[in-house]
Amino acid sequence: MGIFRNHQKNPPDSEGAAGISLEEEGDTLVLRASGEWVVAAISGVDRQLRGFDAKSGQVTRAVFDLGEVTRFDTSAAVILSRCAYALEEAGARVEFQNLNEAQSLLLDKLGQDGPPAPVEEHEVGLYAHVAGNMGDAVIAVSREAVGIIEFLGEVVAAVGRVFRRPARLRWVPFVHHMERAGFDALPLVCLLTFLIGAVLAQQGATQLSKFGADYFTVNMVTIVFLREVGLLLTAIIVAGRSGSAFTAEIGSMKMREEIDAMRTLGLDPMDMLILPRVLALIVTLPMLAFVADLMGLLGGGVVSFFMLGMSPGLYIDRVRDAADFWTFAVGIIKAPFMAAMIAMVGCRAGLLVTGSAESVGQQTTHSVVRAIFLVIIVDAIFAMFFTAVGV
Amino acid sequence: MSADSSDNIIEVEGLGTRFGDNVIHENLDLQVRRGEVIGIVGGSGTGKSVLLRTILGLKKPDQGRIRVFGENLQELPEAERRTYERRWGVLFQDGALFSALTVAQNVQVPYREHLHMEPDLMDELAAAKIQMSGLPANAFSLYPSELSGGMRKRAGLARALALDPEILFLDEPTAGLDPIGAAAFDELIGDLKQTLGLTVFMVTHDLDSLYAICDRIAVLAERQVILVGTVDDMLTSDHPWIHEYFHGPRARAAIKKG
Repeated sequence: MGIFRNHQKNPPDSEGAAGISLEEEGDTLVLRASGEWVVAAISGVDRQLRGFDAKSGQVTRAVFDLGEVTRFDTSAAVILSRCAYALEEAGARVEFQNLNEAQSLLLDKLGQDGPPAPVEEHEVGLYAHVAGNMGDAVIAVSREAVGIIEFLGEVVAAVGRVFRRPARLRWVPFVHHMERAGFDALPLVCLLTFLIGAVLAQQGATQLSKFGADYFTVNMVTIVFLREVGLLLTAIIVAGRSGSAFTAEIGSMKMREEIDAMRTLGLDPMDMLILPRVLALIVTLPMLAFVADLMGLLGGGVVSFFMLGMSPGLYIDRVRDAADFWTFAVGIIKAPFMAAMIAMVGCRAGLLVTGSAESVGQQTTHSVVRAIFLVIIVDAIFAMFFTAVGV
Repeated sequence: MSADSSDNIIEVEGLGTRFGDNVIHENLDLQVRRGEVIGIVGGSGTGKSVLLRTILGLKKPDQGRIRVFGENLQELPEAERRTYERRWGVLFQDGALFSALTVAQNVQVPYREHLHMEPDLMDELAAAKIQMSGLPANAFSLYPSELSGGMRKRAGLARALALDPEILFLDEPTAGLDPIGAAAFDELIGDLKQTLGLTVFMVTHDLDSLYAICDRIAVLAERQVILVGTVDDMLTSDHPWIHEYFHGPRARAAIKKG
């Protein structure tokens, strides 16, 4: 950018030119300003004036003549009073000449507070910076872990309260979120799982036919989908769709002090906002996962029909042979746990939003990333568990 | 100050605004003269802020014409409109600061975007504007979420003043300020008007501001500007709303003070 600058004359878009001339007459410095001293043109004269500041030790008297200035705004007053201040500090007397009333008022206005305090900047060395960032990250991660566990406790306590008195649950938002997070997600979940089912079958058929085992494509699709992929895909879609929505909704409410307003009205945000969302997702994710399983199998069936020439009746028989109840149950059992993770992480991130719009974006990103991470962790834990119990 | 010599810096002619079936303005006319401070008053829902937004071009007028600096900005090409928009500053009700930037960076946004300026000079000018608007120097590097409502308003003013605009639009500038701060604000606006020849378009309910700095007052009611005039004109008007506004208990207190 710097290459294109041309401060000396007119910066681009300037409305006029500001002129300055400096003369030394013995120990007196005369500064004659002319033209339009406005913010658009101020950069050029400021640079000349800064050069002039440096000489300030050598004079005892300075005269600022503004007789030929046609326009004068606050930026001009700022740089002139800075210059005057520097000269006075160095022991020179400063006189303004040919000031009009508005100009002197403006200069007085700025002069009365002295020059603006310089901005403090903390210089941090590179190593300190890297070490500091690492330390911050470690602290942040441990706080995060503690925070999630705390929040989990609060939610469990709230669920306990609702179990004792079901009337406490806000049924309308509960149903509303079931619709938004569950029902409205159906088209997307159906489409994606159908396609993945089809792709899985197609890849399986191609590879397994090399062993002459292409009929086992059905076993593969069925088991992989029912146990793992159907649910995982759904959970990831829901984390992206609803987890992020929860964060953004609650986050903007937090930003506009709506959450504080609720508290002052004696309403518990946990009951009003968080529990309906968490419970709605816990109820709907298993249902979505069930639909996802069906659509995946349908996708596999369509590919089997076209690639392997397998009739629908035969396909259903083979699915039945490959899967028993537990194949299906192993998948679905995980769903409520994943749903709880997604919803809780989303809601908590929303509550962590601070004043800025940027922080809404940041927390939304975090919420989705964490939710997907936790979904996979939950999946891994269950995989170990089911292997241990042998289903 | 600039090339166009017309006396009216803002001209609104036959403005009509509606939201669905809800008619806000109908055939509204208003002229703002160069160099004056005009206060816009009116009950809630009479469209004061909508009028402000329409003049700023944030909302397209459903009917009528708006000329600012003698130009119908809506009809100008984008680039030309921008050069005009640079000549006004706006203070929104809650400051409307960019939440991701510090106060100083907020004030410097117009410098960065419109002018090529050295960082040192930008810091200096921003510090001066921040000081002028009555914020303490340590507010320089704070984020908007760390400021109180009144401070956000002052920071918003500092940003509005960054380019030394010709017109300053203020939306309820003194609402939420303490009386001392509000008086200082009035004084600042008065000074700016005097020193920079600023035109101020101010939506306000603050009777003290109306008395202290407004040259003229425009009253919005019944979908139109029903009266434009000085405080004295307001006091002698027999329109019931105006009468109640300027003769109510709060108004009497303000007159006593003024």
